Amino acid sequence: MSMFEGFKFRSVSSPIHKMDPRAKFVYVCVLFAVSIMFSNLVPLLFLFFIQIPVVVMAKIQREWMRSMKGSATFAVIIFAMNLLSLYFYSGYETLSSVLERSLAMTVRFIVLIQTFSIFFLTTSPDMLGLALEQSRIPYEICFAFTTAVRFVPVLAEEAQTVMDAQKARGLELEGGNFLKRIRNYIPILIPLIVNAIRRSLELAETMESRAWGANKNRTNLYVLKMGKNDVLLILISLIILAVSIYLSMHVKMPSVIQMLTS
Amino acid sequence: MIVMENVYFTYPNGVEALKGINLKIEDGRFVAIMGQNGAGKTTLVKHMNGLLKPTRGRVLVDGVETTKVSVATLARKVGLVFQNPDHQLFSETVEEEISFALKNFGYDEKTIRERVNWALNLLDLEEYRKVSPFMLSGGERKRVALASVLAWDPKIVILDEPTIGQDHGQKERLRQFIMQLNRQGKTIIIVTHDVEFVAECSPDIILMKQGKIIATGEAKDVLTNEKLVSQASVALPEVTKILKGLEDFGFPSDVIDVYEAADVLYERLSDRL
Repeated sequence: MSMFEGFKFRSVSSPIHKMDPRAKFVYVCVLFAVSIMFSNLVPLLFLFFIQIPVVVMAKIQREWMRSMKGSATFAVIIFAMNLLSLYFYSGYETLSSVLERSLAMTVRFIVLIQTFSIFFLTTSPDMLGLALEQSRIPYEICFAFTTAVRFVPVLAEEAQTVMDAQKARGLELEGGNFLKRIRNYIPILIPLIVNAIRRSLELAETMESRAWGANKNRTNLYVLKMGKNDVLLILISLIILAVSIYLSMHVKMPSVIQMLTS
Repeated sequence: MIVMENVYFTYPNGVEALKGINLKIEDGRFVAIMGQNGAGKTTLVKHMNGLLKPTRGRVLVDGVETTKVSVATLARKVGLVFQNPDHQLFSETVEEEISFALKNFGYDEKTIRERVNWALNLLDLEEYRKVSPFMLSGGERKRVALASVLAWDPKIVILDEPTIGQDHGQKERLRQFIMQLNRQGKTIIIVTHDVEFVAECSPDIILMKQGKIIATGEAKDVLTNEKLVSQASVALPEVTKILKGLEDFGFPSDVIDVYEAADVLYERLSDRL
């Protein structure tokens, strides 16, 4: 659950929070693309560290730490899997290069988590919906999207209750082999899914009885406008993208070991 | 026996739900926990089978501290029926639903079959044996949830809001059923807002407000104390309200049971009839 806290929007006043969600979305996409583009440790570490000032600016250090801590387990798994598969099945000669490569994959994962965490922590679901709407996406789809985002915490809470209810009936979630562990989650997933479907039907009915979709031309109280900062962020993102494409095509990235030994 | 010693509990989000709870529920008692929404009633009962562990203080079930054993171990003794049956039903048939816990506890095939039959019978669910629990009505689902807990015959049965969504007939059946279980020696703990239901069962009462116990005692004493009850946002039983209104004419104000109230009224009015 703590991992989840690292993605939940918190209303704070900061320059990052005030930015246009569309600009932030461009930034997320660019970082996503760039982190996939490189598989060397140096550029990925660079991507990790350049985002820390953003975290500080957005005043979300605590939540960011949470998402980092929450993803630690996955990070370890990713590291171990890479290490094993690269060591046994790839052509890397030295253990140190295998280590570096596995570490790079782990950092890539962390960078992705970090980027999404920054985006979702600083962008309210409402703003996100508004951004979608003003990107000419049909309102039905925007609404479905914002509703989905909004119901995530509700679902998380419900998952906890279901887990408690099944534990009270003697279900042990820990222990057992891999298959048994998966089977253990069936009694938790089924009530959750059934309830989610029930709730969505109920929501649809209550929305319709409140005249949802009665008027074709919707207007909004707030209208998103790109400011100077937003344009700047998009520009920076695009520059990062251009430079990354150039670097990945024409420059061979140095490995940490090379840098240390030379 | 359940003993709580100076129990404090704070949720991860910082909400302090229990503030210094001391209580002792002896075997074979029938206890109702009442109080306003958010008073900490459900949090309190979740401590009794170890789903929640106290932040401070101790909870002992038959002398064993809940922090020392798993929920599954405690659950054998303490059966907790959750408020909303939809949070636990998942099987294809009612029968399988009821056998779920029995399988978890590792009973053998034969015992499972016997216990399932027993529970189906007990809660009048025999005809739904092969039916999907999702096809049942709200009240029936609630009974399936109850059956799925009673099936392993726990010594202590905790019911969270058992009367919600039940029609009058079902409620009456539930009441008789609970009383019968209690007579058979089970400890019964119910969490409820339903003051009329409690008045008819007449259990011991634990009154809660903002994470603290503000009163304990017999239903007759607690439920007729207007000041106390209103503090916990609980209403007086209807008959108590009537008789309290007639207090100036010498009617007793400590009656909570409808039949007793009828007797009192009859006695006073019989000479005029």
